[in-house]
Amino acid sequence: MLAALGMSVPAPAAEWELSGSVQLETRVFPSEPAFAGQKDATVSPSVAVEPELVVDTGSGADRFTLKPFLRLDADDENRSHGDLREANWLHFGDGYDLVVGLDKVFWGVAESRHLVDIVNQSDLVEDIDQEDKLGQPMVQLQVGTEWGVLRGFFMPVFRERTFPDDDARFRGALPIADTAAYQSGAEAFHPDLALRWTDTFGGFDVGVSYFRGTSREPRLVPTARNGRTELVPTYDLIDQAGVDVQYTTGAWLWKFEGIARAGQGDAFLASVAGFEYTLYQVAESDADLGLLLEHLYDGREEDGSAPLTPFQNDVFVGARVTLNDEDDTTFLAGAVTDVEDRSVSLSLEASRRIGNDLKVELEARLFPDVAPDNVLYGIRRDNVVTLRLSRFF
Amino acid sequence: MNNLTTAAIAGIILCFSAIPTAAETPEEKGRWIAEQTDRRDLGWGDSEVHLTMTLRNREGQSSIRKLSIASLEVDEPKLGDRSLTLFDEPRDIEGTAFLSHTRILDPDDQWLYLPALKRVKRISSQNKSGPFVGSEFAYEDLVSQEVERYTYKYLRDEPCGDRTCFVSERFPVYEHSGYTRQVTWVDHTDFQPRKVEYYDRKGDLLKVLELVEYRQYLGKYWRAHRLEMVNHQTGKSTTLAFSDYSFKLGLNDGDFRKSRLERLR
Repeated sequence: MLAALGMSVPAPAAEWELSGSVQLETRVFPSEPAFAGQKDATVSPSVAVEPELVVDTGSGADRFTLKPFLRLDADDENRSHGDLREANWLHFGDGYDLVVGLDKVFWGVAESRHLVDIVNQSDLVEDIDQEDKLGQPMVQLQVGTEWGVLRGFFMPVFRERTFPDDDARFRGALPIADTAAYQSGAEAFHPDLALRWTDTFGGFDVGVSYFRGTSREPRLVPTARNGRTELVPTYDLIDQAGVDVQYTTGAWLWKFEGIARAGQGDAFLASVAGFEYTLYQVAESDADLGLLLEHLYDGREEDGSAPLTPFQNDVFVGARVTLNDEDDTTFLAGAVTDVEDRSVSLSLEASRRIGNDLKVELEARLFPDVAPDNVLYGIRRDNVVTLRLSRFF
Repeated sequence: MNNLTTAAIAGIILCFSAIPTAAETPEEKGRWIAEQTDRRDLGWGDSEVHLTMTLRNREGQSSIRKLSIASLEVDEPKLGDRSLTLFDEPRDIEGTAFLSHTRILDPDDQWLYLPALKRVKRISSQNKSGPFVGSEFAYEDLVSQEVERYTYKYLRDEPCGDRTCFVSERFPVYEHSGYTRQVTWVDHTDFQPRKVEYYDRKGDLLKVLELVEYRQYLGKYWRAHRLEMVNHQTGKSTTLAFSDYSFKLGLNDGDFRKSRLERLR
């Protein structure tokens, strides 16, 4: 820890540590797929490994991190994939630190949608919740000031979103094309920039961010190719300003995320606003029960000039149960309801540790009622229950 | 030396005297003991320590947590110390970190860092009485024991091992405590706590903490290196075993900012 705190301790030898996890995963699809040509296997196993090697130099001023990821999936060829989640050099300077290489950052406060979080591309084949991210090549400078923390990002290379294979689950009515299109002539090598400022004022944690560059969200443009109609992922150049605020008071966490984006049709606003309220030690047990409510709004055009979203006007309700036991048992259940077309999607996540090195996770994503003109209609039959066993080392 | 000067000197000596007078009430004496403990711990500055937690259930099965804690003394009215807790084991929570800016009576500011998502979350600090990482220690048992957080009542003197202890009650005045009262055994000579009994919201005995293996640092600061907490209602227990402390590392406010959480290991 001392090295991380920037201290010069008299321990000149470099320290290295290898850790990580291996996973066995089974996805169970109880419903028949929606489209002809989609594999109809009910049980779809995969294995994954994610080691992490960290080397701290003896002075404590530099750190090298390498975190590759590899999955082999029995049914989805695109889900059998590898990535460098992190491969970077971190330098601790006097009042600043610098990251050069592939890294991952997270921005935001909301639970149901990560609206302001824009630096890393989603690794969509991993999970449709968009919480798995591809490593982003960057130069990141972080400076601590009396007026909060400033971070600047220069991102010279863009990463394309991953999509499931044509014959796999979680594809829509039309297949996704293999090659993407860009607004920028530089294609994936457009220099993207971002700035972020964060500070804390009493109970308020505030972040303000600005991004200029390649949209992480592609428009999926129907195009005649190879004698069929494919959706070509099309990446526009955008400007996006974001604000995220959390006000923490007593057992309440009040949350707001908002963005303004220009570059995809008319400029638009989008937001997530809500709360998490926690009842501690319910019914004289050690368990905590968190109640979540969030409203999602998105004002983007639906004429194809912007990427489609299911979150134009939706309500998320959720419950989080934390047993606070020695196995860290937790449950999170949530439902997103489209206020306009009444479509409902459900999710459940549960996890606990077994012994010291094993962890078991259960996840379910269900689409009990999806209206035909909802974006999720194409995956309405891809109800999935995932069981994952991870061993950490 | 005239009489006025003599009186003034006598007054000063009385003010600084550490000997309680017979006239004081049990409440005053209880508080005086807590002040003595506090006074002996002023000026430690900053520290770091590694610790192993062993959680045991009624059947005797155990699980292990390994973590390190960096702390910064904050000597300002209404503010308490700052601490940064970093987990190393179990492996699935390796890199998880917990940052706390404590206040004497107002709610603390707390942040949690989740390495899998690389996400820093501000969390509610109302959960004072909840278990810390599934152990028999509540959050409120582990934060710095500021004098103003309690009212006191001295009960009696009593042998504790081969020593003599002050036995006092203390009553939490901060909000959301899980306890109605605690009974403390504090040694006569070094003023360090040797035992604490915790009474739950119904007034029943809940837990007993024993603090042993005291060692002194920098010729002044006492630290217990083994804490045993036994829950008398569930039969579960937790042992905290501390390695040697390091002091005066030159840590400052900047090392206890939430933006540091993403850079720990």
